[in-house]
Amino acid sequence: MRALFALLLWLLLGAAAPTSLISALSQSRIDINTTFKGADLLVFGAIQYPAGAVPDAPPDIAIVVRGPAEPVTVRRKARVAGIWLNTDRIRFESVPGFYAVASTRPIADLADDRTTAIYEIGIRNLQLSPASGASEGETRAFEAGLIAAKRKARLFVEDARAVTVTGGVLYRARIAIPAIVPVGDYAAEIHLIRKGRVIASSSVPIGIGKSGFERWIYVMAQEHGLAYGIAAVLAALLAGLVASLVMRRH
Amino acid sequence: MDLYLPIAEMSVNAIVIILLGGGVGFLSGMFGVGGGFLTTPLLIFYGIPPAIAVASSATQITGSSVSGALAYWRRGQVDVKMGLVLVAGGVIGAGLGQIVFRQLQKIGQIDVSINIIYVLFLGIIGTLMLKEAVTALQAERRIAAGEARPPARLRRHVPWISALPGKTRFYKSGLYISPLAPLLLGGVVGVLTAIMGIGGGFIMVPAMIYLLGMSASAVVGTSLFQIIFVTAATTLLHATSSKSVDIVLALLLLVGGVAGAQLGVQAAQKLKPEKLRLALAVIVLAVAAGLLFGLTVQPQSLYTLYGPL
Repeated sequence: MRALFALLLWLLLGAAAPTSLISALSQSRIDINTTFKGADLLVFGAIQYPAGAVPDAPPDIAIVVRGPAEPVTVRRKARVAGIWLNTDRIRFESVPGFYAVASTRPIADLADDRTTAIYEIGIRNLQLSPASGASEGETRAFEAGLIAAKRKARLFVEDARAVTVTGGVLYRARIAIPAIVPVGDYAAEIHLIRKGRVIASSSVPIGIGKSGFERWIYVMAQEHGLAYGIAAVLAALLAGLVASLVMRRH
Repeated sequence: MDLYLPIAEMSVNAIVIILLGGGVGFLSGMFGVGGGFLTTPLLIFYGIPPAIAVASSATQITGSSVSGALAYWRRGQVDVKMGLVLVAGGVIGAGLGQIVFRQLQKIGQIDVSINIIYVLFLGIIGTLMLKEAVTALQAERRIAAGEARPPARLRRHVPWISALPGKTRFYKSGLYISPLAPLLLGGVVGVLTAIMGIGGGFIMVPAMIYLLGMSASAVVGTSLFQIIFVTAATTLLHATSSKSVDIVLALLLLVGGVAGAQLGVQAAQKLKPEKLRLALAVIVLAVAAGLLFGLTVQPQSLYTLYGPL
Protein backbone atom coordinates (compact mmCIF):
# COMPACT_ATOMS: atom_id res chain seq x y z
CA MET A 1 0.00 0.00 0.00
CA ARG A 2 2.72 2.36 1.08
CA ALA A 3 4.88 1.47 -1.90
CA LEU A 4 1.97 1.99 -4.24
CA PHE A 5 1.35 5.42 -2.77
CA ALA A 6 5.01 6.36 -3.26
CA LEU A 7 4.89 5.23 -6.86
CA LEU A 8 1.75 7.24 -7.47
CA LEU A 9 3.28 10.32 -5.96
CA TRP A 10 6.42 9.87 -8.07
CA LEU A 11 4.38 9.58 -11.24
CA LEU A 12 2.31 12.64 -10.37
CA LEU A 13 5.31 14.75 -9.48
CA GLY A 14 7.25 13.41 -12.41
CA ALA A 15 4.52 14.44 -14.76
CA ALA A 16 4.19 17.89 -13.27
CA ALA A 17 7.93 18.52 -12.70
CA PRO A 18 9.71 20.75 -15.19
CA THR A 19 12.62 19.47 -17.24
CA SER A 20 15.69 19.11 -15.05
CA LEU A 21 19.37 18.35 -15.40
CA ILE A 22 21.38 15.72 -13.62
CA SER A 23 25.06 16.59 -13.77
CA ALA A 24 28.32 15.14 -12.60
CA LEU A 25 32.05 15.68 -13.03
CA SER A 26 34.82 13.19 -13.65
CA GLN A 27 36.47 14.48 -10.51
CA SER A 28 35.30 16.79 -7.74
CA ARG A 29 38.81 17.98 -7.01
CA ILE A 30 41.86 18.67 -9.15
CA ASP A 31 45.15 18.38 -7.33
CA ILE A 32 48.12 20.39 -8.50
CA ASN A 33 51.17 18.34 -7.63
CA THR A 34 54.80 18.34 -8.74
CA THR A 35 54.07 16.78 -12.10
CA PHE A 36 50.87 18.75 -12.85
CA LYS A 37 50.65 19.54 -16.57
CA GLY A 38 47.02 20.55 -16.71
CA ALA A 39 43.96 18.33 -16.55
CA ASP A 40 40.95 17.26 -18.58
CA LEU A 41 37.69 17.78 -16.75
CA LEU A 42 34.79 15.70 -18.00
CA VAL A 43 31.37 17.27 -17.40
CA PHE A 44 28.51 14.87 -18.10
CA GLY A 45 24.95 14.07 -17.17
CA ALA A 46 21.41 13.53 -18.35
CA ILE A 47 18.39 15.62 -19.19
CA GLN A 48 15.30 14.52 -17.28
CA TYR A 49 12.15 15.34 -19.25
CA PRO A 50 8.69 15.43 -17.73
CA ALA A 51 7.22 11.91 -17.98
CA GLY A 52 10.29 10.89 -19.96
CA ALA A 53 9.03 12.50 -23.16
CA VAL A 54 12.09 13.24 -25.25
CA PRO A 55 11.32 16.02 -27.72
CA ASP A 56 12.22 15.59 -31.38
CA ALA A 57 14.33 18.72 -31.68
CA PRO A 58 17.84 18.20 -30.30
CA PRO A 59 18.40 20.21 -27.11
CA ASP A 60 21.06 22.87 -26.70
CA ILE A 61 23.45 22.71 -23.80
CA ALA A 62 25.93 25.35 -22.61
CA ILE A 63 28.47 24.41 -19.96
CA VAL A 64 30.32 27.17 -18.13
CA VAL A 65 33.26 26.30 -15.89
CA ARG A 66 34.52 29.26 -13.93
CA GLY A 67 37.15 29.86 -11.30
CA PRO A 68 37.24 32.32 -8.43
CA ALA A 69 36.96 36.01 -9.38
CA GLU A 70 39.74 38.34 -8.37
CA PRO A 71 40.77 41.92 -9.08
CA VAL A 72 43.18 42.32 -11.99
CA THR A 73 45.10 45.41 -13.02
CA VAL A 74 45.62 45.68 -16.77
CA ARG A 75 48.58 47.80 -17.82
CA ARG A 76 49.20 49.04 -21.33
CA LYS A 77 52.67 49.46 -22.74
CA ALA A 78 53.63 52.49 -24.76
CA ARG A 79 56.88 53.51 -26.34
CA VAL A 80 58.78 55.96 -24.13
CA ALA A 81 62.18 57.04 -25.43
CA GLY A 82 62.36 53.94 -27.60
CA ILE A 83 61.54 51.53 -24.79
CA TRP A 84 58.21 49.83 -24.22
CA LEU A 85 57.02 50.79 -20.74
CA ASN A 86 53.82 50.16 -18.83
CA THR A 87 51.97 53.48 -18.83
CA ASP A 88 48.17 53.51 -18.48
CA ARG A 89 46.24 51.08 -16.34
CA ILE A 90 42.69 50.09 -15.52
CA ARG A 91 41.63 47.90 -12.67
CA PHE A 92 38.95 45.25 -13.19
CA GLU A 93 37.32 44.22 -9.94
CA SER A 94 36.02 40.74 -10.73
CA VAL A 95 37.87 38.73 -13.33
CA PRO A 96 37.41 34.97 -13.16
CA GLY A 97 40.77 33.24 -12.90
CA PHE A 98 39.44 30.66 -15.35
CA TYR A 99 36.40 30.76 -17.63
CA ALA A 100 35.50 28.13 -20.18
CA VAL A 101 32.29 27.77 -22.19
CA ALA A 102 31.47 24.60 -24.04
CA SER A 103 28.27 24.48 -26.06
CA THR A 104 26.43 22.53 -28.72
CA ARG A 105 26.28 25.54 -31.09
CA PRO A 106 27.89 28.97 -31.35
CA ILE A 107 26.69 31.08 -28.45
CA ALA A 108 25.07 33.69 -30.70
CA ASP A 109 22.81 30.94 -32.12
CA LEU A 110 21.80 29.56 -28.71
CA ALA A 111 19.82 32.50 -27.40
CA ASP A 112 19.47 36.25 -27.71
CA ASP A 113 22.02 38.64 -26.26
CA ARG A 114 19.91 39.40 -23.23
CA THR A 115 19.62 35.78 -22.17
CA THR A 116 23.29 34.98 -22.67
CA ALA A 117 24.17 38.16 -20.78
CA ILE A 118 21.95 37.23 -17.82
CA TYR A 119 23.55 33.81 -17.50
CA GLU A 120 27.02 35.13 -18.39
CA ILE A 121 27.36 32.61 -21.20
CA GLY A 122 30.22 33.63 -23.46
CA ILE A 123 33.40 35.58 -22.81
CA ARG A 124 31.97 38.85 -24.09
CA ASN A 125 29.12 38.57 -21.59
CA LEU A 126 31.42 38.48 -18.57
CA GLN A 127 30.86 41.27 -16.06
CA LEU A 128 34.46 42.24 -15.40
CA SER A 129 33.50 45.39 -13.40
CA PRO A 130 36.08 47.90 -14.63
CA ALA A 131 36.85 50.63 -12.12
CA SER A 132 35.28 53.82 -13.43
CA GLY A 133 37.39 56.77 -14.50
CA ALA A 134 38.55 55.99 -18.00
CA SER A 135 36.45 56.71 -21.06
CA GLU A 136 34.26 53.97 -22.49
CA GLY A 137 36.48 53.49 -25.52
CA GLU A 138 39.59 53.16 -23.36
CA THR A 139 37.86 50.71 -21.04
CA ARG A 140 36.78 48.62 -24.00
CA ALA A 141 40.34 48.56 -25.37
CA PHE A 142 41.72 47.43 -22.02
CA GLU A 143 38.97 44.82 -21.72
CA ALA A 144 39.88 43.48 -25.14
CA GLY A 145 43.55 43.37 -24.06
CA LEU A 146 42.62 41.49 -20.90
CA ILE A 147 40.52 38.96 -22.79
CA ALA A 148 43.25 38.45 -25.42
CA ALA A 149 45.85 37.80 -22.71
CA LYS A 150 43.55 35.36 -20.90
CA ARG A 151 42.68 33.58 -24.16
CA LYS A 152 46.35 33.25 -25.06
CA ALA A 153 47.04 31.64 -21.68
CA ARG A 154 44.08 29.25 -22.34
CA LEU A 155 42.42 30.64 -19.20
CA PHE A 156 39.47 32.00 -21.19
CA VAL A 157 38.15 29.40 -23.61
CA GLU A 158 35.10 29.16 -25.85
CA ASP A 159 34.33 26.01 -27.79
CA ALA A 160 31.07 25.93 -29.73
CA ARG A 161 31.34 22.25 -30.64
CA ALA A 162 32.54 20.76 -27.38
CA VAL A 163 29.25 19.42 -26.03
CA THR A 164 27.94 16.17 -27.49
CA VAL A 165 24.37 15.06 -26.81
CA THR A 166 23.45 11.41 -27.22
CA GLY A 167 19.87 10.34 -27.85
CA GLY A 168 18.61 13.77 -26.85
CA VAL A 169 19.22 12.80 -23.21
CA LEU A 170 22.86 12.26 -22.34
CA TYR A 171 25.36 15.07 -22.66
CA ARG A 172 29.06 15.38 -22.07
CA ALA A 173 31.95 17.77 -22.66
CA ARG A 174 35.64 17.82 -21.98
CA ILE A 175 37.11 21.01 -20.54
CA ALA A 176 40.88 21.44 -20.73
CA ILE A 177 42.32 22.91 -17.53
CA PRO A 178 45.76 24.43 -18.29
CA ALA A 179 48.79 24.05 -15.99
CA ILE A 180 48.80 27.71 -14.97
CA VAL A 181 45.23 27.60 -13.68
CA PRO A 182 44.77 29.54 -10.43
CA VAL A 183 43.73 27.61 -7.33
CA GLY A 184 40.38 28.06 -5.62
CA ASP A 185 36.73 27.05 -5.65
CA TYR A 186 35.38 26.44 -9.14
CA ALA A 187 31.89 25.66 -10.37
CA ALA A 188 30.55 24.00 -13.49
CA GLU A 189 27.20 25.50 -14.50
CA ILE A 190 25.15 23.53 -17.00
CA HIS A 191 22.31 25.28 -18.85
CA LEU A 192 19.68 23.54 -20.96
CA ILE A 193 18.44 25.93 -23.65
CA ARG A 194 15.40 25.49 -25.86
CA LYS A 195 14.03 28.02 -28.33
CA GLY A 196 16.36 30.68 -26.98
CA ARG A 197 15.28 30.20 -23.36
CA VAL A 198 17.14 28.62 -20.50
CA ILE A 199 14.71 26.00 -19.23
CA ALA A 200 16.91 24.19 -16.71
CA SER A 201 20.21 24.79 -14.97
CA SER A 202 22.39 22.92 -12.55
CA SER A 203 25.67 23.66 -10.86
CA VAL A 204 28.41 21.35 -9.59
CA PRO A 205 31.26 22.63 -7.42
CA ILE A 206 34.86 21.66 -8.04
CA GLY A 207 37.96 22.49 -6.02
CA ILE A 208 41.35 23.10 -7.59
CA GLY A 209 44.17 23.13 -5.11
CA LYS A 210 47.82 22.39 -4.66
CA SER A 211 48.44 19.12 -2.93
CA GLY A 212 51.26 17.46 -1.08
CA PHE A 213 54.68 19.04 -1.47
CA GLU A 214 53.46 21.88 -3.72
CA ARG A 215 50.79 22.87 -1.25
CA TRP A 216 53.15 22.69 1.68
CA ILE A 217 55.72 24.92 -0.02
CA TYR A 218 53.07 27.40 -1.13
CA VAL A 219 51.40 27.69 2.27
CA MET A 220 54.77 28.03 3.98
CA ALA A 221 55.84 30.79 1.59
CA GLN A 222 52.57 32.71 1.93
CA GLU A 223 51.95 32.40 5.64
CA HIS A 224 55.33 31.84 7.24
CA GLY A 225 57.60 33.93 5.03
CA LEU A 226 60.49 34.15 7.46
CA ALA A 227 60.54 30.42 8.28
CA TYR A 228 60.28 29.68 4.55
CA GLY A 229 63.17 32.04 3.82
CA ILE A 230 65.35 30.45 6.50
CA ALA A 231 64.47 26.98 5.22
CA ALA A 232 65.29 28.08 1.65
CA VAL A 233 68.72 29.39 2.73
CA LEU A 234 69.49 26.22 4.71
CA ALA A 235 68.33 23.99 1.85
CA ALA A 236 70.51 25.95 -0.60
CA LEU A 237 73.56 25.73 1.70
CA LEU A 238 73.05 22.01 2.27
CA ALA A 239 72.43 21.26 -1.40
CA GLY A 240 75.49 23.29 -2.38
CA LEU A 241 77.69 21.37 0.07
CA VAL A 242 76.35 17.94 -0.84
CA ALA A 243 76.53 18.61 -4.58
CA SER A 244 80.12 19.81 -4.40
CA LEU A 245 81.12 16.80 -2.27
CA VAL A 246 79.52 14.43 -4.76
CA MET A 247 81.19 16.17 -7.68
CA ARG A 248 84.60 16.08 -6.03
CA ARG A 249 84.36 12.31 -5.53
CA HIS A 250 83.99 11.77 -9.25
CA MET B 1 60.46 16.08 -17.55
CA ASP B 2 57.89 18.68 -16.59
CA LEU B 3 57.87 20.03 -13.10
CA TYR B 4 55.38 22.41 -11.52
CA LEU B 5 57.02 25.31 -9.67
CA PRO B 6 54.97 26.06 -6.54
CA ILE B 7 55.74 29.80 -6.29
CA ALA B 8 56.16 30.70 -9.95
CA GLU B 9 52.89 28.74 -10.47
CA MET B 10 53.96 27.37 -13.81
CA SER B 11 55.11 24.12 -15.28
CA VAL B 12 58.71 24.09 -16.50
CA ASN B 13 60.97 21.55 -18.10
CA ALA B 14 63.25 20.50 -15.24
CA ILE B 15 65.98 19.32 -17.62
CA VAL B 16 66.10 22.74 -19.31
CA ILE B 17 66.40 24.53 -15.96
CA ILE B 18 69.15 22.14 -14.78
CA LEU B 19 71.01 22.59 -18.07
CA LEU B 20 70.60 26.35 -17.79
CA GLY B 21 72.08 26.21 -14.28
CA GLY B 22 74.78 23.90 -15.61
CA GLY B 23 75.66 26.21 -18.48
CA VAL B 24 75.95 29.22 -16.20
CA GLY B 25 77.84 27.08 -13.67
CA PHE B 26 80.26 26.02 -16.40
CA LEU B 27 80.92 29.66 -17.28
CA SER B 28 81.23 30.63 -13.64
CA GLY B 29 83.71 27.80 -12.97
CA MET B 30 85.62 28.78 -16.09
CA PHE B 31 85.76 32.51 -15.42
CA GLY B 32 85.65 32.52 -11.62
CA VAL B 33 82.50 34.63 -11.42
CA GLY B 34 79.24 33.83 -9.64
CA GLY B 35 77.12 33.88 -12.76
CA GLY B 36 74.01 35.40 -11.18
CA PHE B 37 74.14 38.14 -13.81
CA LEU B 38 73.54 35.47 -16.45
CA THR B 39 71.10 33.27 -14.50
CA THR B 40 68.49 35.99 -14.00
CA PRO B 41 68.26 37.18 -17.65
CA LEU B 42 68.27 33.58 -18.94
CA LEU B 43 65.40 32.68 -16.60
CA ILE B 44 63.53 35.75 -17.88
CA PHE B 45 64.18 34.62 -21.48
CA TYR B 46 62.70 31.23 -20.52
CA GLY B 47 59.51 32.91 -19.28
CA ILE B 48 59.95 32.92 -15.49
CA PRO B 49 58.47 36.16 -14.05
CA PRO B 50 61.41 38.59 -13.44
CA ALA B 51 60.63 39.05 -9.73
CA ILE B 52 60.81 35.30 -9.15
CA ALA B 53 63.92 34.96 -11.31
CA VAL B 54 65.74 37.59 -9.22
CA ALA B 55 64.77 36.21 -5.82
CA SER B 56 65.39 32.55 -6.65
CA SER B 57 68.70 33.35 -8.33
CA ALA B 58 69.88 34.99 -5.07
CA THR B 59 68.98 31.79 -3.19
CA GLN B 60 70.86 29.67 -5.70
CA ILE B 61 74.00 31.80 -5.33
CA THR B 62 74.03 31.18 -1.57
CA GLY B 63 74.26 27.46 -2.26
CA SER B 64 76.73 27.64 -5.10
CA SER B 65 79.16 29.87 -3.17
CA VAL B 66 79.40 27.75 -0.03
CA SER B 67 81.92 25.15 -1.18
CA GLY B 68 84.28 27.79 -2.60
CA ALA B 69 84.01 29.89 0.54
CA LEU B 70 84.82 26.88 2.73
CA ALA B 71 87.87 26.04 0.61
CA TYR B 72 89.26 29.57 1.02
CA TRP B 73 88.35 29.51 4.71
CA ARG B 74 90.40 26.34 5.29
CA ARG B 75 93.37 27.99 3.61
CA GLY B 76 92.96 31.03 5.87
CA GLN B 77 92.22 33.35 2.97
CA VAL B 78 89.10 34.97 4.41
CA ASP B 79 89.45 38.32 6.17
CA VAL B 80 86.56 37.92 8.61
CA LYS B 81 86.75 41.50 9.91
CA MET B 82 86.65 42.93 6.38
CA GLY B 83 83.98 40.38 5.45
CA LEU B 84 81.73 41.40 8.35
CA VAL B 85 82.00 45.09 7.44
CA LEU B 86 81.08 44.24 3.84
CA VAL B 87 78.18 42.07 5.06
CA ALA B 88 76.90 44.87 7.31
CA GLY B 89 76.93 47.26 4.34
CA GLY B 90 75.47 44.57 2.12
CA VAL B 91 72.51 43.85 4.42
CA ILE B 92 71.71 47.58 4.65
CA GLY B 93 72.00 47.83 0.86
CA ALA B 94 69.84 44.76 0.31
CA GLY B 95 67.21 46.26 2.61
CA LEU B 96 67.20 49.49 0.58
CA GLY B 97 67.16 47.51 -2.66
CA GLN B 98 64.23 45.49 -1.39
CA ILE B 99 62.23 48.66 -0.66
CA VAL B 100 62.93 49.93 -4.18
CA PHE B 101 62.02 46.48 -5.60
CA ARG B 102 58.70 46.45 -3.75
CA GLN B 103 57.79 49.99 -4.86
CA LEU B 104 58.59 49.17 -8.48
CA GLN B 105 56.47 46.02 -8.14
CA LYS B 106 53.56 48.09 -6.82
CA ILE B 107 53.63 50.58 -9.69
CA GLY B 108 54.01 47.78 -12.24
CA GLN B 109 57.47 48.73 -13.47
CA ILE B 110 59.56 45.96 -11.90
CA ASP B 111 59.91 43.84 -15.04
CA VAL B 112 61.03 46.66 -17.29
CA SER B 113 63.26 48.12 -14.55
CA ILE B 114 65.08 44.82 -14.05
CA ASN B 115 65.60 44.63 -17.80
CA ILE B 116 66.88 48.22 -18.11
CA ILE B 117 69.26 47.86 -15.16
CA TYR B 118 70.60 44.66 -16.68
CA VAL B 119 71.13 46.25 -20.10
CA LEU B 120 73.02 49.20 -18.60
CA PHE B 121 74.99 47.05 -16.25
CA LEU B 122 75.96 44.24 -18.58
CA GLY B 123 76.64 46.77 -21.33
CA ILE B 124 79.10 48.74 -19.19
CA ILE B 125 80.77 45.72 -17.61
CA GLY B 126 80.98 43.89 -20.93
CA THR B 127 82.52 46.88 -22.70
CA LEU B 128 85.09 47.37 -19.94
CA MET B 129 85.99 43.68 -19.96
CA LEU B 130 86.26 43.62 -23.72
CA LYS B 131 88.54 46.67 -23.71
CA GLU B 132 90.73 45.20 -20.98
CA ALA B 133 90.95 41.79 -22.65
CA VAL B 134 91.85 43.29 -26.03
CA THR B 135 94.46 45.58 -24.46
CA ALA B 136 95.94 42.64 -22.54
CA LEU B 137 96.10 40.47 -25.66
CA GLN B 138 97.76 43.27 -27.65
CA ALA B 139 100.24 44.00 -24.84
CA GLU B 140 101.11 40.34 -24.63
CA ARG B 141 101.80 40.22 -28.34
CA ARG B 142 104.05 43.29 -28.08
CA ILE B 143 105.90 41.84 -25.07
CA ALA B 144 106.40 38.62 -26.97
CA ALA B 145 107.81 40.65 -29.86
CA GLY B 146 110.11 42.48 -27.45
CA GLU B 147 108.54 45.85 -28.18
CA ALA B 148 107.27 46.66 -24.71
CA ARG B 149 107.74 45.77 -21.07
CA PRO B 150 105.01 44.38 -18.80
CA PRO B 151 102.84 47.22 -17.40
CA ALA B 152 103.56 48.61 -13.95
CA ARG B 153 101.25 47.58 -11.10
CA LEU B 154 98.22 49.72 -10.50
CA ARG B 155 98.32 52.27 -7.73
CA ARG B 156 97.05 50.80 -4.48
CA HIS B 157 95.76 53.93 -2.79
CA VAL B 158 92.79 55.99 -3.84
CA PRO B 159 93.07 59.48 -2.30
CA TRP B 160 89.46 60.00 -1.22
CA ILE B 161 89.30 56.58 0.38
CA SER B 162 92.50 57.18 2.38
CA ALA B 163 90.99 60.48 3.54
CA LEU B 164 87.96 58.84 5.22
CA PRO B 165 87.98 59.06 9.04
CA GLY B 166 88.19 56.31 11.69
CA LYS B 167 90.94 54.18 10.20
CA THR B 168 91.35 50.66 11.48
CA ARG B 169 93.60 47.71 10.65
CA PHE B 170 92.47 44.76 8.51
CA TYR B 171 95.40 42.38 8.98
CA LYS B 172 94.63 39.70 6.41
CA SER B 173 93.82 42.30 3.79
CA GLY B 174 97.02 44.17 4.64
CA LEU B 175 95.08 47.42 4.99
CA TYR B 176 94.83 50.36 7.33
CA ILE B 177 91.70 52.15 6.13
CA SER B 178 88.40 53.53 7.34
CA PRO B 179 85.67 50.84 7.60
CA LEU B 180 83.35 53.33 5.90
CA ALA B 181 84.88 52.48 2.52
CA PRO B 182 84.10 48.72 2.59
CA LEU B 183 80.75 49.51 4.26
CA LEU B 184 79.83 51.72 1.32
CA LEU B 185 81.10 49.18 -1.21
CA GLY B 186 79.11 46.43 0.52
CA GLY B 187 76.03 48.66 0.47
CA VAL B 188 76.22 49.34 -3.25
CA VAL B 189 76.64 45.64 -4.03
CA GLY B 190 73.80 44.79 -1.61
CA VAL B 191 71.37 47.03 -3.50
CA LEU B 192 72.31 45.24 -6.71
CA THR B 193 71.88 41.82 -5.05
CA ALA B 194 68.31 42.64 -4.04
CA ILE B 195 67.28 44.21 -7.35
CA MET B 196 69.21 42.05 -9.81
CA GLY B 197 69.63 38.73 -8.01
CA ILE B 198 73.39 38.70 -8.39
CA GLY B 199 76.14 37.90 -5.89
CA GLY B 200 78.09 40.87 -7.17
CA GLY B 201 81.50 39.16 -7.04
CA PHE B 202 82.38 40.52 -10.44
CA ILE B 203 82.06 44.08 -9.09
CA MET B 204 83.27 43.30 -5.59
CA VAL B 205 86.54 41.63 -6.61
CA PRO B 206 87.87 44.43 -8.86
CA ALA B 207 86.66 47.06 -6.37
CA MET B 208 88.50 45.30 -3.52
CA ILE B 209 91.71 45.20 -5.55
CA TYR B 210 91.67 48.55 -7.30
CA LEU B 211 89.65 50.76 -4.91
CA LEU B 212 90.42 49.34 -1.47
CA GLY B 213 93.82 47.96 -2.42
CA MET B 214 93.37 44.63 -0.62
CA SER B 215 96.09 42.03 -0.87
CA ALA B 216 95.15 39.60 -3.62
CA SER B 217 95.30 36.46 -1.45
CA ALA B 218 92.31 37.49 0.69
CA VAL B 219 90.14 39.00 -2.05
CA VAL B 220 88.26 36.04 -3.50
CA GLY B 221 87.70 34.25 -0.18
CA THR B 222 86.40 37.41 1.49
CA SER B 223 84.18 38.18 -1.48
CA LEU B 224 82.62 34.69 -1.32
CA PHE B 225 82.18 35.04 2.45
CA GLN B 226 80.31 38.30 1.86
CA ILE B 227 78.24 36.86 -1.00
CA ILE B 228 76.89 33.98 1.13
CA PHE B 229 75.61 36.28 3.85
CA VAL B 230 74.22 38.99 1.61
CA THR B 231 72.42 36.59 -0.75
CA ALA B 232 71.03 34.76 2.31
CA ALA B 233 69.75 38.08 3.70
CA THR B 234 68.28 38.88 0.28
CA THR B 235 66.46 35.54 0.24
CA LEU B 236 64.97 36.32 3.64
CA LEU B 237 63.90 39.81 2.53
CA HIS B 238 62.27 38.53 -0.64
CA ALA B 239 60.66 35.62 1.23
CA THR B 240 59.07 37.92 3.81
CA SER B 241 57.99 40.83 1.61
CA SER B 242 57.61 40.01 -2.07
CA LYS B 243 57.15 36.22 -1.53
CA SER B 244 58.92 35.51 -4.78
CA VAL B 245 61.49 32.90 -3.72
CA ASP B 246 60.84 29.63 -5.53
CA ILE B 247 62.90 27.06 -3.67
CA VAL B 248 62.25 24.33 -6.25
CA LEU B 249 63.60 26.60 -9.00
CA ALA B 250 66.62 27.57 -6.88
CA LEU B 251 67.49 23.94 -6.10
CA LEU B 252 67.18 22.89 -9.76
CA LEU B 253 69.56 25.68 -10.77
CA LEU B 254 71.88 24.72 -7.95
CA VAL B 255 72.17 21.07 -8.98
CA GLY B 256 73.09 22.05 -12.54
CA GLY B 257 75.26 24.92 -11.38
CA VAL B 258 77.51 22.94 -9.05
CA ALA B 259 78.07 20.22 -11.65
CA GLY B 260 78.69 22.76 -14.41
CA ALA B 261 81.15 24.72 -12.27
CA GLN B 262 83.42 21.68 -11.77
CA LEU B 263 83.55 21.08 -15.51
CA GLY B 264 84.18 24.78 -16.06
CA VAL B 265 87.18 24.76 -13.72
CA GLN B 266 88.71 21.86 -15.65
CA ALA B 267 88.08 23.53 -19.01
CA ALA B 268 89.60 26.80 -17.78
CA GLN B 269 92.93 25.13 -17.04
CA LYS B 270 93.39 24.39 -20.72
CA LEU B 271 92.74 27.93 -21.90
CA LYS B 272 94.51 31.28 -21.68
CA PRO B 273 93.05 33.68 -19.09
CA GLU B 274 93.04 36.65 -21.53
CA LYS B 275 91.13 34.68 -24.10
CA LEU B 276 88.71 33.53 -21.39
CA ARG B 277 88.05 37.13 -20.41
CA LEU B 278 87.52 38.05 -24.04
CA ALA B 279 84.99 35.23 -24.38
CA LEU B 280 83.18 36.26 -21.19
CA ALA B 281 83.04 39.87 -22.40
CA VAL B 282 81.42 38.73 -25.64
CA ILE B 283 78.85 36.60 -23.77
CA VAL B 284 77.98 39.46 -21.42
CA LEU B 285 77.53 41.88 -24.33
CA ALA B 286 75.41 39.35 -26.21
CA VAL B 287 73.04 38.99 -23.23
CA ALA B 288 72.84 42.78 -22.90
CA ALA B 289 72.05 43.12 -26.60
CA GLY B 290 69.36 40.42 -26.33
CA LEU B 291 67.69 42.22 -23.42
CA LEU B 292 67.93 45.60 -25.15
CA PHE B 293 66.33 44.15 -28.26
CA GLY B 294 63.50 42.80 -26.09
CA LEU B 295 62.92 46.27 -24.62
CA THR B 296 62.78 48.14 -27.91
CA VAL B 297 60.88 45.75 -30.15
CA GLN B 298 57.11 46.16 -30.02
CA PRO B 299 55.66 43.46 -27.75
CA GLN B 300 53.13 41.05 -29.24
CA SER B 301 50.54 42.26 -26.80
CA LEU B 302 50.57 45.73 -25.31
CA TYR B 303 48.42 44.66 -22.41
CA THR B 304 49.80 42.86 -19.38
CA LEU B 305 47.79 41.55 -16.44
CA TYR B 306 48.80 41.98 -12.84
CA GLY B 307 47.12 40.26 -9.92
CA PRO B 308 46.25 42.04 -6.68
CA LEU B 309 49.44 43.25 -5.03
